[in-house]
Amino acid sequence: MNSIPLTHILFVSTALFCIGMYGLFTRRNMITMLMSIELMLNSVNINFVAFNKYLWPEKLDGIFFTLFIITIAAAEAAIAIAIIINLYRSHNSIDVEDATELKY
Amino acid sequence: MSNYSYIVWIPLLPLLTFLLLGLFGRRYVKNFSGILGSASLLVSTVLSLLAARQYFLQDGQLNGVYQKIIAFKFTWLEFSPNVSIDISAVIDPISVMMLVVVTFVSLMVHVFSLGYMKGEERFATYYAYLGLFTFSMLGLVLSGNLFQIYMFWELVGVSSYLLIGYYYYKPSAVAASKKAFIVTRFADLGFLIGILVLAFYGQTLDISMLIERLTSTQSAEFTGITTAGFLGVSMLTWGLSLVFIGGAGKSAMFPLHIWLPDAMEGPTPVSALIHAATMVVAGVYLVARLFPIFSVDGVSLQLVTYVGAFSALLAAIIACTQTDIKRVLAYSTMSQIGYMMFALGVSKQGGESGLGYMASMFHLFTHAFFKSLLFLGAGAVIHLVHSNDMKDMGGLRKLMPVTHIAFLVGCLAIAGVPPFAGFFSKEEILLAAFHSNKLIFGVALFTAALTSFYMFRLYFSIFWNKEAAHHPHDHGEGTFSMKFPLVILAICAVVVGFVPFAHFVTSDGVALETHMDLGFSAVPVGLSLLAILLASVMYRVANDKPDKVAGTMGGLYKAASRKFYMDELYLFITKKIIFPLVGQPIAWIDKNIVDGLMNWLAAVTAKISELIKGLQSGKVQNYALYFFGGVAALGVLFIYIWK
Amino acid sequence: MEAAAIIFYLISAFILGAGILAVTTRKIFRSAIWLLFSLVGIAALYFWLQVEFIAAVQIIVYVGGIVVLIIFSIFLTQQSGKEMAKPVTRRALFGILAVVFGLALIYSLIARHGFAEQATRPFGVTVDAIGTQMLSTTDHGFILPFEVVSMLLLASMIGCIVIAMKSRNTGPELQEPAGGKLMIHADFTSNQTDKEA
Repeated sequence: MNSIPLTHILFVSTALFCIGMYGLFTRRNMITMLMSIELMLNSVNINFVAFNKYLWPEKLDGIFFTLFIITIAAAEAAIAIAIIINLYRSHNSIDVEDATELKY
Repeated sequence: MSNYSYIVWIPLLPLLTFLLLGLFGRRYVKNFSGILGSASLLVSTVLSLLAARQYFLQDGQLNGVYQKIIAFKFTWLEFSPNVSIDISAVIDPISVMMLVVVTFVSLMVHVFSLGYMKGEERFATYYAYLGLFTFSMLGLVLSGNLFQIYMFWELVGVSSYLLIGYYYYKPSAVAASKKAFIVTRFADLGFLIGILVLAFYGQTLDISMLIERLTSTQSAEFTGITTAGFLGVSMLTWGLSLVFIGGAGKSAMFPLHIWLPDAMEGPTPVSALIHAATMVVAGVYLVARLFPIFSVDGVSLQLVTYVGAFSALLAAIIACTQTDIKRVLAYSTMSQIGYMMFALGVSKQGGESGLGYMASMFHLFTHAFFKSLLFLGAGAVIHLVHSNDMKDMGGLRKLMPVTHIAFLVGCLAIAGVPPFAGFFSKEEILLAAFHSNKLIFGVALFTAALTSFYMFRLYFSIFWNKEAAHHPHDHGEGTFSMKFPLVILAICAVVVGFVPFAHFVTSDGVALETHMDLGFSAVPVGLSLLAILLASVMYRVANDKPDKVAGTMGGLYKAASRKFYMDELYLFITKKIIFPLVGQPIAWIDKNIVDGLMNWLAAVTAKISELIKGLQSGKVQNYALYFFGGVAALGVLFIYIWK
Repeated sequence: MEAAAIIFYLISAFILGAGILAVTTRKIFRSAIWLLFSLVGIAALYFWLQVEFIAAVQIIVYVGGIVVLIIFSIFLTQQSGKEMAKPVTRRALFGILAVVFGLALIYSLIARHGFAEQATRPFGVTVDAIGTQMLSTTDHGFILPFEVVSMLLLASMIGCIVIAMKSRNTGPELQEPAGGKLMIHADFTSNQTDKEA
């Protein structure tokens, strides 16, 4: 079963994290920025599970971290969407380039 | 030792009046403020008289020597076990004598002002200031600590500033109050340095301890202060001279006298208070307070002597030429203070040779009564005539008989005609001068004659000379509250000379036997009478003799009437020398270097923030990029570079 | 190459491919669908890792919850089918640079770090083990984080409602000309709406 070395899984998660990061940097729509953040969170989850399985198979700590991260991601998504909707209401747009009042 | 703790109420009552009237006077107790102030001062006066009776007649003496009693003491700031600033009330002969004088004269001024200041807009404020002034002076008198003296000294300066500038809408009053404040403040700088010098070498601020240390030739402090020197003069002389400069500033000694004539801009009762009992005698009191130390240092004592004598003479000459009656009185005050100063200067500590000290204090005592009498009399005259100038007066003896008699008594007293008060004290001063320094004696004698001359010039010009002009707002001589103090003070000016002063106030607390030497007295009294006669010839009826005399005197008269160009000299020094040569360069440094540095800092900050404000763009994704850049840089730094 | 390895690479390729499409496509709805695929792929990866419970949670919470929520908010805020604005070129460039650099950095770290893999020991995750440890109050029990995270969920729920609720003073009854009256808004954004309305 362990035919795949840990490093390969880690590489996949790193790549996924970087994809999310790229989306976060370039996407101007706030909903897609939120999606990018979800991708990054998922890549971290993969890491936790993989470490748990490959390095400390007798323990469950990685699993619990994953579970809590999923919970918090759900809360975060809900809050983010509430903020997005409020922003849409006030600016009639959810483009982050349109919401730059907080500056010098 | 019996209980003197009630002494603290003597200064506290005027302070309370000040607080009450200052805070609520204008709104709530406006019409009663005069009564209130006078009543509280009446209590103070009664307490002072009680204290004087208890101290001088009952229990002040121990084995024939008057003791120094500490009625109240509270350590305020303790720098070290020895050096501390205390707030204390010390009773000894001169402080009790001053308590009586200050409270009594102040009470008279309070009562007189009831009539004189009636109807003033800021009546309550006036009484509040009077209270503050009286409080400051009483606190000064009771001080047992050099620094306490300094604090009250400054308070006296502030309250005199307030009172002189009472008519703040008159530019001349504002200028005069500023002048008084700045000149005395300048002198106080010397006083402060002097205090610090004395305290540094004496290792204490307590006056009695300081005297003890700096007068015994064996003590380490005395050796320290006399061996240390600066510019070839011992630090003892420096310290005492600097303290004397402070005293000279307050007491209007040459060359710091220029504020005194201008201070006449204040209300006349205030002039009476400043000149008779409070501010100007503070300097004399200070020297008397530290007299044991002065007496061991001949140089500073010489300074006191010559400055005093020169001031007395100079002021007497100027007084002969002035036409503003208040200015004449002001210069006469300066002259009399000069008397007190040189009397201290020619004195020695203890025994028979301490005659000058006693005489000085005696003159201070009598002078307070007749000078306040003269000022209040002048105030009554001004109240009637609405002018300060002699030319507007004349023949007033029929219009104001009470004032006339009182003023005459005052003039006779200051001229030293027996049996009026001034005679006794002046005789002692002349005697003390005669025994120690013939030059000073000569000056004093000449000044005494001049004094009689200018005082009777004043008297005749006001009350005789020509027929009384008709005054439009003729409201008579003034209210009862104005006449009453005049009468009281006139009685005092007659009787206080008979107080056996030498039994009470001497340099070492031991009673001194004085005896009148008729032969000695004959010369000054004769000179005085001659001068009075001369004045009566010149001024009793209007004629052209004064102008002729002035013409023959020529330049001297002109110089004297211009006060020997002292004001011009000061203006020249400040405007032509200090301002352009010192002030302007410093102003330039302040404007260009100090301010410039600050402006440069501000400009640089503004530039830098202008440069970097673009980072704060409000664009979230830029922030994310910066954040990633920072994390990546830290990662590289810690993982690869700084292993 | 074993079948398991082939499956892993297939799943990985699917996850990454779907992820790239999700962050690059110009149509927002498609982006959401690609995200959905990517998340499903991650669930598959969990199955492959033999953590079936996490895989189930992944599908339930992400696919069934978060993505649906995102799609709802897309419906609320966008006309679907309209193309999104292009990324700012300069920022895209810097983004690519950052991504390449970060990838290189982390890859070099992973490659050089020797992980002590415990290949011999079995890895069994049973749901009852997870449940027991989750609610255990002894050592290594997760009851406290569990409770804290429940509080967090409650708080975020209330927070969502408060944030998304229409401010009362944007209602028409307070829109009458206030003259010199000072109007205090609940937040800055509603103030903006006032002006634009």
